[in-house]
Amino acid sequence: MTAVPTSSFIALSVLLFSIGAIGVLVRRNAIVIFMCIELMLNAANLAFVTFARQQGSIDGQVIVFFVMTVAAAEAAVGLAIIIAVFRHRQTVNADDLRLLRW
Amino acid sequence: MSLPLFLPLAALLLLSALGVVLNTHPVRSAMCLVATLFLLAVFFIFLDAEFVAALQIIVYAGAIMVVFLFVIMLLNLEKDEVGRTRTGWHMTTMVSAGLFAIGLLYIVYRAGTLLPGAGMGVAAPAAFGSLEMVALRLFTVYLLPFEITGLLMLAAVVGAVVLAKKKVA
Amino acid sequence: MHLTDISWPALLPGLIVTVTALVVLVADLFIEGPDREGLGWIGLVGLVAAGIASAVLWNANAGGFGDTFLLDRYAIFFNLVLCLTGALTLLMSMDYLSSITLPSGEYYVLLLLAVLGMMVMAQANDLIILFLGLELMSISIYVLAGIWRPDLRSSEAALKYFLLGAFASGFLLFGIAMAYGAFGTTTLTPIASQLAHLSVEQRPLALAAAGLLLVGFGFKVAAAPFHAWAPDVYEGAPTSVTALMAVGVKAAAFAAFVRVFLYALHALALDWSWLVWVLAVLSMTIGNTAALMQRNIKRMLAYSSIAHAGYLLVGLVAADTDGGASMLYYLLGYAVMTLGAFSVVIAVGRRGEPNEEVSDYAGLGFRYPFLGICMTIFMLSMAGIPLFVGFTGKFFLFSAAIEQGWVWLVIIAALNSVVSAYFYLGVLMQMYMGENPREVQGLTQRPYLTATLLFTAFATIVLGIFPSWAFDLARSAVQSLSV
Repeated sequence: MTAVPTSSFIALSVLLFSIGAIGVLVRRNAIVIFMCIELMLNAANLAFVTFARQQGSIDGQVIVFFVMTVAAAEAAVGLAIIIAVFRHRQTVNADDLRLLRW
Repeated sequence: MSLPLFLPLAALLLLSALGVVLNTHPVRSAMCLVATLFLLAVFFIFLDAEFVAALQIIVYAGAIMVVFLFVIMLLNLEKDEVGRTRTGWHMTTMVSAGLFAIGLLYIVYRAGTLLPGAGMGVAAPAAFGSLEMVALRLFTVYLLPFEITGLLMLAAVVGAVVLAKKKVA
Repeated sequence: MHLTDISWPALLPGLIVTVTALVVLVADLFIEGPDREGLGWIGLVGLVAAGIASAVLWNANAGGFGDTFLLDRYAIFFNLVLCLTGALTLLMSMDYLSSITLPSGEYYVLLLLAVLGMMVMAQANDLIILFLGLELMSISIYVLAGIWRPDLRSSEAALKYFLLGAFASGFLLFGIAMAYGAFGTTTLTPIASQLAHLSVEQRPLALAAAGLLLVGFGFKVAAAPFHAWAPDVYEGAPTSVTALMAVGVKAAAFAAFVRVFLYALHALALDWSWLVWVLAVLSMTIGNTAALMQRNIKRMLAYSSIAHAGYLLVGLVAADTDGGASMLYYLLGYAVMTLGAFSVVIAVGRRGEPNEEVSDYAGLGFRYPFLGICMTIFMLSMAGIPLFVGFTGKFFLFSAAIEQGWVWLVIIAALNSVVSAYFYLGVLMQMYMGENPREVQGLTQRPYLTATLLFTAFATIVLGIFPSWAFDLARSAVQSLSV
């Protein structure tokens, strides 16, 4: 049984990243947009772990640890911002917020 | 990891990721994201990253996603984005993201089997991805980044408190 | 397994800022009442001390942690610019905070942590440390943008900045992952040496990494076509935070941008310079033409900052020591004149009346001569009129690009510069030709704001008339990158 090559894992990670990026651009709900950003970060994590295995060096796995920390910090601040906006407007829909159209 | 195992798992991963994007209800999106995170943990185990896989489930799927669900429930987001449909914008996004993905996939294909490193065929070093090995690296070579994450957490805690507390000082 | 080589000199400036932030955080608990200027003073002392510590180590060339964290001259130059930016922002905030209701203790702490993150970015010689510095800076500034809770615009600006900033971080991180795959390391020194003799299999992934990093940095410096967030966020955030975003974030992002592209990826310059060319032309053109149509002064300054990012990218296209040095010099000049302009915006606003429309400036020039003269200096400098730093900076940038044969780029940049004069002078026209001036709170009651204005106006002129010493510093800073 042959092992699946590295490039297949990286291709998977590229697809995951693209799905996340599309989600950020087409969805209008701030929380869902943020979840799509999490998808992008996770795609990067998959790439790091794959390259770590490919090179037999542990660094890629350590980096994932840092990415998770950053994701946690972003989640704390991001959700606090979303709550702050919701208190004003009772909505987190990007179309209803004056400044948020893009 | 063998191909008959890889393909269905990869398909499931992409399906659940699409679920995050396509579901109109935020809670369903969040549940799909949890599924994606679990499937990624499975991939991590096959890539000899046991500790990271455990972290993925405990920290990411456990702690971070609970905060997401908590906020969704707190804000009681029921109906979602009934607003205008923006077909033109969606098409532009899809096309550009598609081109982006194809370009990157082509690059990966070109890099293909010639990537630096021993590759998947060779067995990983002993205890690769174990807690001990990660920790040894984390607290020696990566000591400075580790300390910086501490400050990052401080900024996040101060920031979250400022933004979410009721009374403005 | 040995412990990594800890280099205390390289850590010193950052440690000073860290300790200051913690002291402010604790002192906040013990200071009673609404009058919190003391906290600002602590922060000010800390930032000045960090700047001095950096300057003293100019010749030390410290570096450690396996070459991942450096205090070379390049980092020191940026540390000085960033500490100056942080200190001036603090100074203008001390009067600004009393005119709006803000939780001031946390404001100062987050401002210091943001400056710390910027300094980490300038000193990082490793993509992961760079990423963490960037996140430390960004997370602090997301919160600062939304810290004015009673104002809906502030919260919305924070949300927009957060979503697009995190999106950009995603691209940057994926670029770092590709670089890790191509080179097996994230440290810039080995990446640069591997690129010198690049193997065929590394090349596609290295190019993918360069492209993704370019997108990530493009967002952070607000270069077109990744600029869409800037005007709304600049308009909505409290003005002092806008100043920090326009100057500090841009300077720190350029610090990392130049170190990664001019040093680590220099061997790929032929592949990325045309992309940067496109970014530069788009940023200048879109920034200046959109600025023509703005009624709100903060939005106008936002578009003008996009245009300035374009001018700075001209230096990066040149991709040599002169180009890098003129970028550093221009960033210094941009920092003082932009901070000055935002201080004027703060000075014109008052409690409950932000006075942010250009028409609100009508007649202020004669009614308040000091404000008028300061604004004249900043606007003329931004428009690139000789005698001021804006002109000398552009002169250095354009001549560096011409030497490398980018004639068309310089022609486009010069034309843009002419267009930009129109809206900068438009503000001055309003100030001196307009009728019925508004009442503005006297500057004598606002000593900190006066000090900021005096300092920035003075620096704009001095740097413009005597450019050589600062340019020599910038040049020796870039030379420490060994381009």
